[in-house]
Amino acid sequence: MTTRPEVRMGNDIARQFAHLSHDRATAAIAGHLHMFWEPRMIRALRGAVAAGDDDVDPLLRDAAAKL
Amino acid sequence: MTADIYTPERDLGTPAGHGDATLHVTIDGATVDVPAGTSVMRAAALAGRSVPKLCATDTLAPFGSCRMCLVEVDGVRGTPASCTTPCTDGMVVTTHSDELARLRRGVMELYLTDHPADCAGCARGNCEMQSLAATVGVAEIRYPRREPARQHAPYDETNPYFAYDPAACIVCSRCVRACSETQGTFALTIAGRGNGSVVTPGGTDFFSSECVSCGACVQACPTSALTEKSVIQLGMPTRVVETTCAYCGVGCTFRAEVSDHGGDTRVVRMIPSKAGGANEGHSCVKGRFAYGYAHHPDRQLHPMVRESIDDEWRVVSWEEAIATVASGFKAIQAKYGVGAIGGITSSRCTDEEVYVVQQMVRAGFGNNNVDTCARVCHSPTGYGLKQTFGTSAGTQDFASVADADVILLIGANPTDAHPVFASRMKRRLREGARLIVADPRRIDLVRTPHVEAAYHLPLQPGTNVAFVNAMAHVAVTEGLHDEAFLRERCENVDGYLAFISDPQHSPEAVEVITGVPAAQLREAARLYASAPNAAIYYGLGVTEHSQGSTMVMGMANLAMITGNIGRRGVGVNPLRGQNNVQGSCDMGSFPHELPGYRHVANDDVRGIYEQRWGRALDPEPGLRIPNMFDSALAGTFRGVYIQGEDLAQSDPNTQHVEAALRAMDLVVLQDLFLNQTARFAHVFLPGTSFLEKDGTFINAERRINRVRPVFAPLQGKDEWQITSEIAQAMGYPMHYDNAAQIMDEIAATTPTFAGVSFATLDAEGSMQWPVNAAAPHGTPTMHVNEFVRGKGNLVETVYVPTTERANRRYPLILTTGRILTQYNVGAQTRRTENNAWHLEDILEIHPADAEMRGIATGDLVELSSRVGSTTLRAHVSSRMPPGVVYTTFHHPVTGANVVTTENSDWATNCPEYKVTAVQVGVANVRRETDLEAQRRQSTVEYAGTT
Repeated sequence: MTTRPEVRMGNDIARQFAHLSHDRATAAIAGHLHMFWEPRMIRALRGAVAAGDDDVDPLLRDAAAKL
Repeated sequence: MTADIYTPERDLGTPAGHGDATLHVTIDGATVDVPAGTSVMRAAALAGRSVPKLCATDTLAPFGSCRMCLVEVDGVRGTPASCTTPCTDGMVVTTHSDELARLRRGVMELYLTDHPADCAGCARGNCEMQSLAATVGVAEIRYPRREPARQHAPYDETNPYFAYDPAACIVCSRCVRACSETQGTFALTIAGRGNGSVVTPGGTDFFSSECVSCGACVQACPTSALTEKSVIQLGMPTRVVETTCAYCGVGCTFRAEVSDHGGDTRVVRMIPSKAGGANEGHSCVKGRFAYGYAHHPDRQLHPMVRESIDDEWRVVSWEEAIATVASGFKAIQAKYGVGAIGGITSSRCTDEEVYVVQQMVRAGFGNNNVDTCARVCHSPTGYGLKQTFGTSAGTQDFASVADADVILLIGANPTDAHPVFASRMKRRLREGARLIVADPRRIDLVRTPHVEAAYHLPLQPGTNVAFVNAMAHVAVTEGLHDEAFLRERCENVDGYLAFISDPQHSPEAVEVITGVPAAQLREAARLYASAPNAAIYYGLGVTEHSQGSTMVMGMANLAMITGNIGRRGVGVNPLRGQNNVQGSCDMGSFPHELPGYRHVANDDVRGIYEQRWGRALDPEPGLRIPNMFDSALAGTFRGVYIQGEDLAQSDPNTQHVEAALRAMDLVVLQDLFLNQTARFAHVFLPGTSFLEKDGTFINAERRINRVRPVFAPLQGKDEWQITSEIAQAMGYPMHYDNAAQIMDEIAATTPTFAGVSFATLDAEGSMQWPVNAAAPHGTPTMHVNEFVRGKGNLVETVYVPTTERANRRYPLILTTGRILTQYNVGAQTRRTENNAWHLEDILEIHPADAEMRGIATGDLVELSSRVGSTTLRAHVSSRMPPGVVYTTFHHPVTGANVVTTENSDWATNCPEYKVTAVQVGVANVRRETDLEAQRRQSTVEYAGTT
């Protein structure tokens, strides 16, 4: 199964902040998404998280909850 | 800057002096003040006294060979050559006397004895010697005519753009010196001695030689020995328009020298302007010669529509085309929502044309779905430099490189992609500056005549961040960093120093990642960090990676920790790909930023435009280009307006792009030609070439250059006018009388452009933003006393490897780039005689990789990745490191982006063009017929151009 674009791109962002503490990482990821992502992309990401998409990086999942 | 009557650009004979002292000189009774280092010839010209000359020109160092410029100097014996005689304070000079006239006539007579009596240059009026002979008063030649060896040398017209007639040559060496001093290629020399001396491009013909066809020699020639073929065909120009090149991000200023025949205006030749801030009288083969595409038969001059992409195009009126666009976009929004459409601006268009597109999208469409083709090249520069320095632009002007002691060149190949800047760089390197090249390929600058890099660090594609961190690690751990600068000018200092000092960033630790020997990297880092002035120049080999933005921040870190910011000779300098990448980004083309890089969520900034445009603006970011593709395939994005961009050829993963375009209900393309994207368009709006545009381009050094129309738009409308009419047809009132009004609005709403107008640009020539009350003439160097953001931000740049890895199935890494004679997707250059040099994309492969696959130079090979495959010809080259292959993306038949993937920069979605895992194998011969068909088509195409 192909990873959906929002998950692929979100995971790329999450990997960049993985060296930080969990709180700082999720805040940074959420901040980046808020700054640069169009609302329908955020909705799609939330949808993937809500659907339990296994491809979602745990950091991205937790960041999405902060949006 | 423009003239209705043709006059050549003034030539003061020798370059300007740059000494601090001012010298008072008297020339023929007139006094003139000049800086120390000024020649007598130049001082005379500045005093309004013209001294005869043949071997001198103010773009070259004085040579003193022709003996025409003799003068008398009080207190000095004899008659020294004014070109090689420097002024001294109080000097009294006589430039015209009976004795000087007698001497000059005698010299001219000798020249004429060697010159053919039937020289074609005399008839064309394109010969300095002919007019000089009349000036010095040669009425007869008292000596018998001679026929030096060069009069029997073959006439050479192998170069597509200029001819060499050795018989007309006077062996003044201006061409040889132009090739050496200005261009830095050293392709020309004088063979033989005395009567047998002849200028030669290395003993072969011009086309077969090392000549790069920059044309500097042709421009320098004082006779008709080297002449543009266009001058031979069209005669001399009748008027001049100063404008700006539409190729790379150097942004050269040109004098378009044109002739009018009835209603038909033709460019006779493009002469690089000495007053051009970016190029100072130099050019490359594209800018000087490859303008014929503007009149190419492929050029579309009428609007066209079709119901379905399977239908034939139907030529319609402008009114019908614009009504079709407006009704189509409105219908999509009515059915699918406001956010279902968007626009893409072009870095080949003017600032004014780009500005109105983003205005139409934000105010007319009611969303922020506007992006630019800079997405696929320098968007990481925008992100990285804004995060670290506070604004999305390079720090220097091009001239700054003349003060650099060490140049760190990363992921850029200026001799091919930014040739005029490369010539500046080579000049500085010949003067003794040291060069570090970080590039997987052994690019020309690693070793070229009179230039050799101190270090070539052939790092593996995708490992830039590990590399730059190791450079910074050495600087910090060996105490070579600038502690005072860091404490005064930067923030997050302690955190960054602790991060970068960690042994995981040492050259020894990252050698296994980068492939760069640790000892070499250490030496290179010491060289950079110890230099009085060290400058970083970089290109798409930095940005087009999954960590492109991180790498930009890593380079900014390196410059900050060594204090190499805020003065001449230093800085972090992106070499932009297209002519107006900087400008299109400045104009608010990114979906999250209004003009001037201000976020759409900023209420105050949004308020400025809401008041101006009379519409509420969306405070949320819009879709980027790849997001538009994904949303199109998801069914939520249904219509797009594309300004001068060929997405189907230039963007990665062609199958994905084509599927997205095919999924849309309305694709509107504004372009010169029916490009690959036109296959998926429903409306085609003909655009204007740079020769028809009125506006501004902004180059890689933030220089705002005027673009002036040489002739009226061939399709009848300015591009900004077309955009405005679409907006109005959609119900959004948007009207400008001319491009100057648009720039006035940009200046009124964007602080960095506050002092810009067409009038100020015409008066100043060009200016580098910011242009405001604090800097009314512009800002050549940024971040001088403080960064735009206040303190420089040191970002901890963690190396995160790309997910694109070589494996057993795809064991090689493909990286892509450009060559000198073609430009991007080739839409322009493929429609010129530049095809003579490069008719197809070539795959470069290391000898070991070729041998194990049974591949020889010239073989047709199949290049395949996990997303697609294509066929092209191989060139076995030791320039490549083992395991890495390289090609260009200039030709649609090759379609190099068929194999590139959806991987992109984490922060900006700039595609990872530079890292694709591939396999290469000998192809079957089926595609041979396609390539042959392309050659035939290209031959037909450029045969129709001049």
